[in-house]
Amino acid sequence: MKAALKYLLPFALGVAVLAAWQITVRALDVPVYLVPAPSDIARAFADNFPSLMASLWATLQVTLIAFVLATAGGVGLAVIFSQSRMVENTLYPYAVALQVTPVVAIAPLILIWVGYDRIELALILIAFLVSFFPILSNTTLGLKSADHNLIDLFKLYGASRWQILVRLQLPSALPYLLGAMKIAGGLALIGAVVAEFVAGSGTATGLAWRIIEAGNRLEIAKMFACLALLAALGIAIFAALSALEYALLHKWHESALKKQG
Amino acid sequence: MLLSLRDVSKSFASGTQALKGLTLDVGAGEFLSLVGPSGCGKSTALRLIAGLIAPDGGAVNFAGDKPETGFVFQEPTLMPWANALTNARLALDLEGVARGEAEARAAEALARAGLKGFEQAFPRELSGGMKMRVSIARAIAAKPKLLLMDEPFAALDEPARQALNDDLLTLWREDGMTIVFVTHSVYESAYLSTRVAVFSARPGRVVEEIALKPPAQRDERYRLTPEFAAAAGRISAALKAKP
Ligand SMILES: Nc1ncnc2c1ncn2[C@@H]1O[C@H](COP(=O)(O)OP(=O)(O)OP(=O)(O)O)[C@@H](O)[C@H]1O
Ligand SMILES: [Mg+2]
Repeated sequence: MKAALKYLLPFALGVAVLAAWQITVRALDVPVYLVPAPSDIARAFADNFPSLMASLWATLQVTLIAFVLATAGGVGLAVIFSQSRMVENTLYPYAVALQVTPVVAIAPLILIWVGYDRIELALILIAFLVSFFPILSNTTLGLKSADHNLIDLFKLYGASRWQILVRLQLPSALPYLLGAMKIAGGLALIGAVVAEFVAGSGTATGLAWRIIEAGNRLEIAKMFACLALLAALGIAIFAALSALEYALLHKWHESALKKQG
Repeated sequence: MLLSLRDVSKSFASGTQALKGLTLDVGAGEFLSLVGPSGCGKSTALRLIAGLIAPDGGAVNFAGDKPETGFVFQEPTLMPWANALTNARLALDLEGVARGEAEARAAEALARAGLKGFEQAFPRELSGGMKMRVSIARAIAAKPKLLLMDEPFAALDEPARQALNDDLLTLWREDGMTIVFVTHSVYESAYLSTRVAVFSARPGRVVEEIALKPPAQRDERYRLTPEFAAAAGRISAALKAKP
């Protein structure tokens, strides 16, 4: 009963809001180029289905590739940091500098350098830059969080650095990494969208470009359809990563305790 | 003689001098307890024996090669992502023992530590006493000659602690290990030990060694005997005599 309510209530709220929206817009006769009714948005969605799906796929591709690269790169660099204090002290400030510089400000430069003829690559690079840092910083912290007594025990048993890394530090870092991946997944999507906005021209084919295009033509219903798709994509990424987190942690990690009641 | 500490001193980077002039022999097969005021360097002494830290002065000498050593901490210190069997296998895995053999030996160690049937349980699913049993199983799975224990039962309630005391004595007798056991409890050291080394306040050194002659087979009834009371009395008096 409680479980059913947990899903039923937000769903009911959504339906109620959509209904109120629909009724208000129709009752007040709001023009469709200002605020479209949900039914207008649904129609726009259906009419443009193939092109919207193609754009969704383009954005999804950029997001996923950037996210996978950021995860691999962030974990890789964090591992190198964990093996050498000197490398960490040398590189970390630059990683921070890259992180705190707003990506919108770097994006035009990257687009020029990579070139509009390789726009996909530029978009991936920008989305990568946005999502890389949380992975790096959280994994670095996670690798350091291994129990010191366990490290001593490993050393007592003659473990190599590799064994300590693989059998102790990486598993200790896993909850940190998975938490960071949930943040980075969302950031990669934001990065992909921002990059497309900056690219601006028709060379980009993702959802952000569809929004610009629809905006220029005052096709507000289509803009809303794109927005809904972007939101759905963000939620799907978050849900997938939450599921991954649950699958990997629920057997042993404290964070999963509550769910068992 | 298994090992000896000769005039060992140890200071930390913080400036704290934990040990000064610590001299202590550990005989093969004995059950030696270290007692002393909090912060007097007992844990530091264990870590020196384990070779995890090096002394500033003096020497830690072993008769022959450094023996296979196990360590049990006050906390169970298990890998939370691994089940009891995998935790107990740790030393064997790190030494490259074949998986099948490692599993068999770890399962045997768990059974001997009183955890038969809990091989697949994760630490989260075990009580404090059971986690400590996994920790002990992990230590004995590799058949150590020397077992170092740092207040292993301090966090347990009295019944669990007494049950573990008895099981530990059985393991010690069966395996012929040497155990160096840090405790705050006078009664625990009186019950378990063949010898008790009493430390001074920091910087720690041994101020008194008390040899005990407990019966080979001990159980509840031993705790009620005059011999036990006398042993506890001697340790207690040595602790209070602040030299
Ligand atoms: N890694 C360290 N760095 C700095 N100081 C330390 C370190 N380890 C121990 N000390 C200090 O050395 C002294 C002895 O510590 P130790 O842990 O050996 O005492 P102990 O006898 O085990 O105490 P307790 O009975 O409370 O466990 C303490 O003052 C402690 O603060
Ligand atoms: Mg201590």
